[in-house]
Amino acid sequence: MTDLKITALHEMHKSLGAKMMPFAGYDMPVQYPLGVLKEHLHTREKAGLFDVSHMGQVFLIPEDKDFKTAAKALEKLVPADIQSLEPGQQRYSQFLNADGGILDDLMISRLAMTGYEHCLYLVVNAGCKDDDYAHLEAHMPKNVTVSVKDDTLSLIALQGPRAANILGCFNPDVEKLTFMTHTDLELSGTLDAPVWAHVSRSGYTGEDGYEISAKHEDMVRLVKELLQYDDVEPIGLGARDSLRLEAGLCLYGHDIDTSVSPIEAGLIWSVQKHRRGADAGYLGAKRVASDLADKSTKRLVGIQPEGRAPAREHTEIQDMDGNVIGQITSGGFGPTVGSPVAMGYVARKFTKAGTPVQLMVRGKARAAKIAKLPFAPHNYFRG
Amino acid sequence: MSVKYTEDHEWINVDGDIGTVGISPYAANALGDIVFVELPEIGREMAKGDEAAVVESVKAASEVYAPVAGEVTAVNEALEDAPETVNASADADGWFIKIKITDASELDALMDEAAYKTYCDGL
Repeated sequence: MTDLKITALHEMHKSLGAKMMPFAGYDMPVQYPLGVLKEHLHTREKAGLFDVSHMGQVFLIPEDKDFKTAAKALEKLVPADIQSLEPGQQRYSQFLNADGGILDDLMISRLAMTGYEHCLYLVVNAGCKDDDYAHLEAHMPKNVTVSVKDDTLSLIALQGPRAANILGCFNPDVEKLTFMTHTDLELSGTLDAPVWAHVSRSGYTGEDGYEISAKHEDMVRLVKELLQYDDVEPIGLGARDSLRLEAGLCLYGHDIDTSVSPIEAGLIWSVQKHRRGADAGYLGAKRVASDLADKSTKRLVGIQPEGRAPAREHTEIQDMDGNVIGQITSGGFGPTVGSPVAMGYVARKFTKAGTPVQLMVRGKARAAKIAKLPFAPHNYFRG
Repeated sequence: MSVKYTEDHEWINVDGDIGTVGISPYAANALGDIVFVELPEIGREMAKGDEAAVVESVKAASEVYAPVAGEVTAVNEALEDAPETVNASADADGWFIKIKITDASELDALMDEAAYKTYCDGL
């Protein structure tokens, strides 16, 4: 077994009493003494601080300093429109293989800093990042440099209704950012020395909040300072999972993988209209177009179990006649909703909200309904 | 009355030929906030080590095993609406089932309180 990697905040997690667990090759906090349930609720009510430094941070830098060069190159690998990104704008997309299966999902930003507007900044999943880097190296033209920054940059998320106020104490400009935009600025406030940070208004909880990238040693100082606020609690991967599930957000390796296309995964909103044709020019475009047209394909839906029994990943979904129509891909208890919640794939004719289905939990059929996503309303700041 | 423990952190409190079964506070704490408990049917015959109940936290489901063989005579129905009782009172109000013990000699293989404490300290 290979040694687990650690993040720059590892010592802090341990001193905070975190229960650590291997995740994607890293020793990560799954929960703190507060516990998953209270950490979840705290994030929805105040502000939760997440170490997500295990995720991959990579820049695409075109030699000719022309944004179009990088954008066009990346557009060969993802369904999203990249060329239309303005400086400071961020988009969610997926790396697809030639068959249109999802290799990873990622955030793509066009830098806004003067002199760097030609660069793209990507955040990819920890479990996929080595493959993603190889994929980028294999497909980027020679004049676009792939610059992986995992050795120098940490990444945290500050999520919840108090996030803007609190981060605003370090620099009020962050409060002006709207959802899916970002900026690079100095965070100071009560810090002994300012921290230069890349701050985006985005996250993985459904709440308002930020993702903040900074150098390792600066991040340690910033996090110590953020934790001084009574309304900020450190949150582990356990609550990160229940928060994103209530928000209806996909988790790679569970809800999405190479067996499904973005269309089957309900991610059509992330594919701009002119990028939906078979001739859109990216790996997997044919599958996107054919899955849009083909009524026989499956779809990812929300599933609301009746009663209190959670239905976990791999639970079989049946129609009311007992025919298998799909499988749960993420399932658990939603602390904010106060009931079990799940997502899974069903044949397309069963996708209407309210459709009754049954879930085979430990050999017993349990009643459930197809539900609209998200389970907990998104509270994004759109200005 | 005597309480015995398994290595899987179940306890059984024996009164005559009836044993009340639950999980230890150590186990409840390790599981975290419990959000659902699935209990067996009354009358079910269980061998030692059979799945007696399922406890679910936000994150995961875990099995509770029968410490000894027996027939289920009662289940703690209060847990259906208040599964958090297991966290609040794992060794008393948070009990799962009562069983009529088939073979009392099976109890001899279990740990007493002192042995269980030593066992947990070593984990």
